[in-house]
Amino acid sequence: MNPASHLWVIPALPLLAAALGALTPRGGRRLAAGAAIAAMAGALIASCFALHAALAAPAAHLTCNFEWFRLGGGAVRLGWLLDPLNGLMCVMVSLVSLLIFIFSLGYMDEDENFTRFFCFLALFAAAMLGVVVSNSLLLLFVSWELVGLSSYLLIGFWFHKPSAAAAAKKAFIVTRIGDLGFFIGLVWLYDSTGSLLLYDGGRGILEAHALAGLAAPALAGGLAASTAIGLLIFCGAAGKSGQFPLHVWLPDAMEGPTPVSALIHAATMVAAGVFLMARVFPLMAADQALASAPLHALTVVAGIGAVTALMGAAIAVAQDDLKKVLAFSTVSQLGYMMLAVGVGSWVAAIFHLLTHAFFKALLFLGAGSVIHATHHEQDIRRLGGLGGRMRVTFATFAVGMMALAGVPFVFSGFWSKESILHAAMEWEVSRLPLWAGLAGVVLTAYYMTRLTFEVFAGRPRSHAAEQARESPAVITVPLLVLAAGAILLGFLGTPAWPWLQSQLTGAAVPSGPLIESPVLTAVSVILVALGLGAGWYLYGRRPRSDAGAADPVAAAFPAVFAFLAARMKLDELYALTVGRLSSALSWLADFLDRRVWDGAIRLLARLGELAGLMNGEADRDGLNAGFDAVSEGFRRAGRAYSRAQSGDAQGYLRALAVGFVVLVVLVLMGCSR
Amino acid sequence: MSPLPLLSLVIFAPWIGAALIACLPRLGAGACRAIALAFSLSTLALSAVILGCYERGAAGYQLVEMHGWIGALAVHYHLGLDGLSLVLVLLTGLIAPGALLASWRQPGSPRLFSLLFLLLQGAALGVFLALDFFHWFIFWELSLIPAYFLIRLWGGPGAGRAAYQFVIYTLGGSAFLLLGFVAIFAATGTLDFVELARMGADGSLAARLAALGGFWPKAVFAGVLLGFAVKVPLFPFHTWLPPAYAEAPTSVSMFLTAVMSKMGVYGFLRLLWPLFPAPLHAASPFLIWLALGGAVLGAFAAMRQSDIKRMIAYSSINHLSYCLLAIFAVSAASGRAAPAGDAAAAALGGTLLQMFNHGLSAGALFFCAGILEARAGGRRGLGDFGGVRTAAPVLAGLCGIAMFSSLGLPGLNGFVGEFLIFRGVWGLVPWAAATACLGLFATALFLLTFWQRVFHGPRAGAAAGPFADVGPLDLAVLVPLVALMFLLGVLPQLLTGLFNPLVASWAAHLSLP
Repeated sequence: MNPASHLWVIPALPLLAAALGALTPRGGRRLAAGAAIAAMAGALIASCFALHAALAAPAAHLTCNFEWFRLGGGAVRLGWLLDPLNGLMCVMVSLVSLLIFIFSLGYMDEDENFTRFFCFLALFAAAMLGVVVSNSLLLLFVSWELVGLSSYLLIGFWFHKPSAAAAAKKAFIVTRIGDLGFFIGLVWLYDSTGSLLLYDGGRGILEAHALAGLAAPALAGGLAASTAIGLLIFCGAAGKSGQFPLHVWLPDAMEGPTPVSALIHAATMVAAGVFLMARVFPLMAADQALASAPLHALTVVAGIGAVTALMGAAIAVAQDDLKKVLAFSTVSQLGYMMLAVGVGSWVAAIFHLLTHAFFKALLFLGAGSVIHATHHEQDIRRLGGLGGRMRVTFATFAVGMMALAGVPFVFSGFWSKESILHAAMEWEVSRLPLWAGLAGVVLTAYYMTRLTFEVFAGRPRSHAAEQARESPAVITVPLLVLAAGAILLGFLGTPAWPWLQSQLTGAAVPSGPLIESPVLTAVSVILVALGLGAGWYLYGRRPRSDAGAADPVAAAFPAVFAFLAARMKLDELYALTVGRLSSALSWLADFLDRRVWDGAIRLLARLGELAGLMNGEADRDGLNAGFDAVSEGFRRAGRAYSRAQSGDAQGYLRALAVGFVVLVVLVLMGCSR
Repeated sequence: MSPLPLLSLVIFAPWIGAALIACLPRLGAGACRAIALAFSLSTLALSAVILGCYERGAAGYQLVEMHGWIGALAVHYHLGLDGLSLVLVLLTGLIAPGALLASWRQPGSPRLFSLLFLLLQGAALGVFLALDFFHWFIFWELSLIPAYFLIRLWGGPGAGRAAYQFVIYTLGGSAFLLLGFVAIFAATGTLDFVELARMGADGSLAARLAALGGFWPKAVFAGVLLGFAVKVPLFPFHTWLPPAYAEAPTSVSMFLTAVMSKMGVYGFLRLLWPLFPAPLHAASPFLIWLALGGAVLGAFAAMRQSDIKRMIAYSSINHLSYCLLAIFAVSAASGRAAPAGDAAAAALGGTLLQMFNHGLSAGALFFCAGILEARAGGRRGLGDFGGVRTAAPVLAGLCGIAMFSSLGLPGLNGFVGEFLIFRGVWGLVPWAAATACLGLFATALFLLTFWQRVFHGPRAGAAAGPFADVGPLDLAVLVPLVALMFLLGVLPQLLTGLFNPLVASWAAHLSLP
């Protein structure tokens, strides 16, 4: 029996829960939440079975393809796919989702749209799992857009707040720009290969036959079609995964409720782009064999990833909003993952994706616990002193922080980040991604230390922080589970026991020494220590005394800090370019309509009038009275006609009825002949 | 051949209803509405019968009715139905009762309104089923007259001017169409579509027109093109559309956008393309630019509208331009040495899907705009509302689904058609598909801006006070439409199965005479 043929159950369960939630009235809080959580638990169990089946034959791509609809002489086909990559993704997504759903029970307890919230969450989980298990790029795109929709709905969950409504729109539009690239890539791919199935017994787009056709230097300048298609698909991945320059929506997405930020904008959805790149990696890498090509798709991916990793980390240094720091840290970490894909190690990217999902969900939920306890205070300058009051939150947040910072050996983030840096070091094209990655390491350790000290050390700097108490168990238990994952997950992929790598690639990866390149590890450990030390020196040694005190870095470098705090002014740049351009275009379109096209028609009408006038003149001057009589007749007819145009409804009715009868008689006469 | 003249019944049932209402002057308002609704529903009921006996695997005309009529002119009463007609008859059957329900609480004489509306419905059905130019043109023109009065008498403050412009503009276009067919008749002696299509395919039509004189083939083609271009409308012949759709009452806007705009596209597919394959091929590089203008500039113009109905009207221009783009791209590629059958099948199949899907989504959007307008006492500016989602969550949900269907969200019906059109056009004229993407971007932008301003934020404007959510009547219109959006988004085979043999045969015969 083919396990892939049952794979549809995994997204279908939460989809069912979403439909149920959509039809449940506001009062059915327990029903909607219960259905969502039960569906997620079911999806988790099914995912575990799927993973088990996939691990039994890691190199085989188990597929189940079916016909969607017939078209012309052929058909559009979709399918499900099972291999270790999406088995692992399924388990991760459903586990993290389940934990966050449970967390939301506590966090969203007081919200009047509680029912709707669980409906949207379940929709999101269904769409995300759909992305993961698709064996067709088209089905993947469908799910992909539904992920975007649920993200839109959840960012704008508090839609009565104008800022949330604006952030939701921005997220949808910016990701859609990327998705249009993806869409064109899809269409192009479909046109050149005749299929969108990833694996199809030799005829899929990720299989040798199609790849060989795509990798030929068919385009101008010796480019391969696969390069262009790969880069178009990468546009979609960049939009979803917050890569420069399409990252601008992600920090704004923090307008959504914190569980949403944790689930969607940190752990799972934003990783979809990285997953996509890993999924279509054979296509992305198809042009590598083409030595003469001026550009390889993966080179661009690596470059964008490196820029994003460094830029996100730099901006995070200067943010004062608890969730915004974490948001930019997500941008930066996603950059690392893309960098890994770009330098050819999609396995390292997925490793980091999995560990990041746990520790970033942990950090966001920890932030959520803080925000919940302080009645929605998110400004780190106004927090402080929470370490003693919220011990579980503090302890688990510290685990997450150290995992993110890459504190050596114990924490999962260290191992996955090491594997990315190692892959970057071995990349032959350029050393720049490695330098960017290393610079990011020191910044990451620094801004996370700053954040932790600001929130948890010193004394409370606002009334809300003074009143804070530890959150209830429904919030802290998911934190503990995620903290365990944030530590343990790293040991699945250490160089000494590369279980994850072996499973993902489907070939046994030989185990090596625990430290692959001692120099690189030493450097990165020193950089982590440097970042931690600098953070402690600036923010931990003498914690901030009151909310109004200036940030020590801002005091020393006001211009740099302000530039970073304003997110490098990229939003302003977009408003000036894309925003201006689209309003100019819409102004032009409207102007053409009102003045030019409509004007041309009016001109025609005027010409007609003029002709009539001249005709009239000619009549009067040149023609005799008999003609006048005829015109008089016309005039009289016109008057009669204008009387008929009286707006008298009954009159029209009569005329219409008469006309209708005449018509019917005519038809009948015609038929009888 | 069916023993029952099913197609004649489809066309004339609404007219029988109209005659009934006209002949019974003492009917009450409620009775008028009930009769109108019953006769309007006849299309849907008869469509169900037709679906029962429709041969899904066949590409040609079915249920054909052919009788001699006017012997001197070789005019036959010729009706027939293929996948294209069937899709549009189904659409008419779905939208017309919904539009009538939308007029349920409308002021003014329900008697006259019902009568005119049924006349309009019958005429539209006649256009989709007639296969002889003679009565086809009668239906074509007859549809204008009730539409004119419906806009003029029940429309908004600017309705007089809008209705006048609408009728004069489309009549002007039709005059060229008529002249074109007079010339065709003079050259060939027949007005039968099947016969003409055969002559178009083997080139004898062009040869006979050329025999009239060097000037005629081009003039006839231009005249017919102009007639359809105005009707769809093709950019830049679209300026009558926004005022007409905006000023018309909700029910009529629904019918105009969902059904009447399809008459033009139908004309392109049924007449212009089969009759003039070579001239259309020659003109298509230019026409592709016009279709792109409609797709891109239409969407960008929608962004600047502050009137919700005008905005949806521009979005209709944008959506229908994708259909035209696909047709022109197929025409541009026909006769090429390399076979492009798959891409052409995708483009044409997508066009038919898009026609149906646009009918659903634009009809639903106009209906929602009508609800907003009614709740706000006639105002319908983007700035007249705020936070409607708080006040009326069910309306917001249903309108939201219609909006996402319109912007082509996968999982809903709109996506499938647009995907196929883009896939097809990319395979035929790649740069045009890439350019048209700008329209997709702008559509998302203006629809979400509309959504944000009207439904999100704090309650404001007309929604600041008491604001009723949808009632049972509104649900009766919207729920079937929304259910179909989901259904066709997930199972497009339900619709493509009806026309796929036709599309396949079109795509297999792309050679030029």
